[in-house]
Amino acid sequence: MVNLFDILRGKEGDNDYGKKPVIVQGITGKFGSDHTRQMISYGTNIAAGVTPGKGGQKFDGVPIYNTVEEAVKATGSNISILFVPAKFFLGAAKEALNAGVKLLVAIPEHVPIRDVMTLLELAKKNDAVIIGPNTPGIIIPGIIKVGIMPASAFKAGSIAVISKSGTLMYEVSHNVSSASFGENITLGIGGDPINGTSLVEAFDMIKQDPNLQGIVVVGEIGGDAEELFAQHVIDTKFSKPIVAYIAGRAAPKEKRMGHAGAIVYGNYGSAESKVAMFTKANIPVAKRPVEIPMLLAGKLETKV
Amino acid sequence: MRLLEYQAKQLFSEFGIKVPDGLTSKDIEQGRKDAEKLGFPFVIKSQVPVGGRGKAGAIQKCQNLDEFELKYPQILERVVKGEKARAILLEKIMDYRKELYLSLFLNRGKRCYTLISSSQGGVEIESVKNQVIREIGMGDVEREVCEEVAKEIGLGGNSITEFVDLVQKLSKLTIEKEAELVEINPVAVLDDGSLLALDGKMIIDDNSMFRHDELKKFLEISELEQKAEKSGFSLVELDGNIAVVGNGAGLVMSTLDMLSDNGGKPACFLDVGGGATTESVYEALTLISKMKKVKGILVNLYGGIVKTTTVASAFLQAYENKLIDLPVFARMLGSESEKSKEMLKGSKTKLFDSVEEAINAAVIGVSKHG
Repeated sequence: MVNLFDILRGKEGDNDYGKKPVIVQGITGKFGSDHTRQMISYGTNIAAGVTPGKGGQKFDGVPIYNTVEEAVKATGSNISILFVPAKFFLGAAKEALNAGVKLLVAIPEHVPIRDVMTLLELAKKNDAVIIGPNTPGIIIPGIIKVGIMPASAFKAGSIAVISKSGTLMYEVSHNVSSASFGENITLGIGGDPINGTSLVEAFDMIKQDPNLQGIVVVGEIGGDAEELFAQHVIDTKFSKPIVAYIAGRAAPKEKRMGHAGAIVYGNYGSAESKVAMFTKANIPVAKRPVEIPMLLAGKLETKV
Repeated sequence: MRLLEYQAKQLFSEFGIKVPDGLTSKDIEQGRKDAEKLGFPFVIKSQVPVGGRGKAGAIQKCQNLDEFELKYPQILERVVKGEKARAILLEKIMDYRKELYLSLFLNRGKRCYTLISSSQGGVEIESVKNQVIREIGMGDVEREVCEEVAKEIGLGGNSITEFVDLVQKLSKLTIEKEAELVEINPVAVLDDGSLLALDGKMIIDDNSMFRHDELKKFLEISELEQKAEKSGFSLVELDGNIAVVGNGAGLVMSTLDMLSDNGGKPACFLDVGGGATTESVYEALTLISKMKKVKGILVNLYGGIVKTTTVASAFLQAYENKLIDLPVFARMLGSESEKSKEMLKGSKTKLFDSVEEAINAAVIGVSKHG
């Protein structure tokens, strides 16, 4: 099973432990360049950028290549973060996987569902992990940031935060950080109907970390990812504390609430259905983000 | 995008799926011409993007001109679950011996399409017990699978071949138009065993619209929502009086929930989007300023990809140009939030350290100015 910590942080004893090289696809674009600078200032080892036609140039000292294949060859990196418009997403993502990228963090919003499904078939064949699309990325606080999240919300600690939404992930992590828990990893799975990595898969990729003390799941209306997650927790008898939050209780039905995936049809995707399943799995659901640290504290106490 | 029945049926016809003869009009003048062309009797069907038309009396049989003159205007005016009729479909009454259910939909959890069929059609699928369900990958259904399903729902004779043909055409339509859902409820089994779509529902993946120019003619969003889309933010109009603005769909939904919990009534959901600029936020404020019901604005920002100063500048410009004169209750965190606080000092925007405080102030402030 894939362990995200092994890919992002490495194993102790690795030459590049904590400094895994990362490629930025679309490094010279508006968002790509802005966030490359922020990732570098966080300490992420941005080893190469890719922009077709700009190969041979440099961006803030980072060498640019025309293709992902060249970037992978030159740096040995197997992690890429992708900043391209949705229309060009599938082509760029396929290029990355075919060049040997094993972890692709897909930032763009508005990617068609069919393109994600097509890409997932290739990812399965290549044994690669797609985070996103429509994700803010992943951060292991103090070690590596592959994403667009504001660093100030995160603090090294022992709670994992997995979220569908980007800004809610910042909000919740900010609360977890302020309450002096801190996070050992925080990742966004994205707000689209089909996620490259589902809630269940994200959980499986981080749950074996020995430093992990608890998990916060930040869900929202739409689909059945939260229900499947709750069932998975029941089935695997996972024993560490989990706290959940669901956004969209007050949203009208059959209206898309900003995220392509945030839409309720009948009971499918409703907040009530998700809360019911979490309750069944003995996972308390916070009514407001600010309650999350209290619920966590309560859960951790009963554990001790 | 949810297509109306007549739009879905237009696509059905293009893909060779049989539908009853019908004509669509938007006013009674055109309706009269359609009625004459079609000939009595027929069914008058309101075209609304919601279910439950039958119960609401928005589908009625019509035998003659007198009935037509009475019923057409009634159905055109009838509101179904808050939705007004977009058009009226007049359709030939069919004789049939059985109703079936058939749909293909995107199964998000399993990441594939799922086929659902049942020998009980014409009722809401949630209430049907004997559903036949098959996972079908990217949406292409094999002949053998179609035959199996046909037999399981009790079809025989030439209806089996008809069913295989229908499912394969439907799956072709689903794939080509990038639909999240295609539903025929009911499918009519005619006396000669052939199958025909009596109703049609389709939801197209909005994000795939850039490669579907042929579907743009069906696009029907309110002027406000259209403007919002053009500027890159998403807007959902609601019934209350406090406009909720923020960045990120999740955060705005969460703010909406908390506002409702505290007794506030949201007037709209407005996510400025990841690509927000001072201009686009200014555009958003322009839209809000035109919504008469809005008595206050609640802002909740967590700057990441969007800097809080981008939003703060837009508010300052809006005050300067006298675009808005409403009380604004805001919480800003994340990138450049300190600078934003500095910028907004002394303006009509009241800043709060926590979302809770901002919400409480908004609820109290707005009810006072009611």
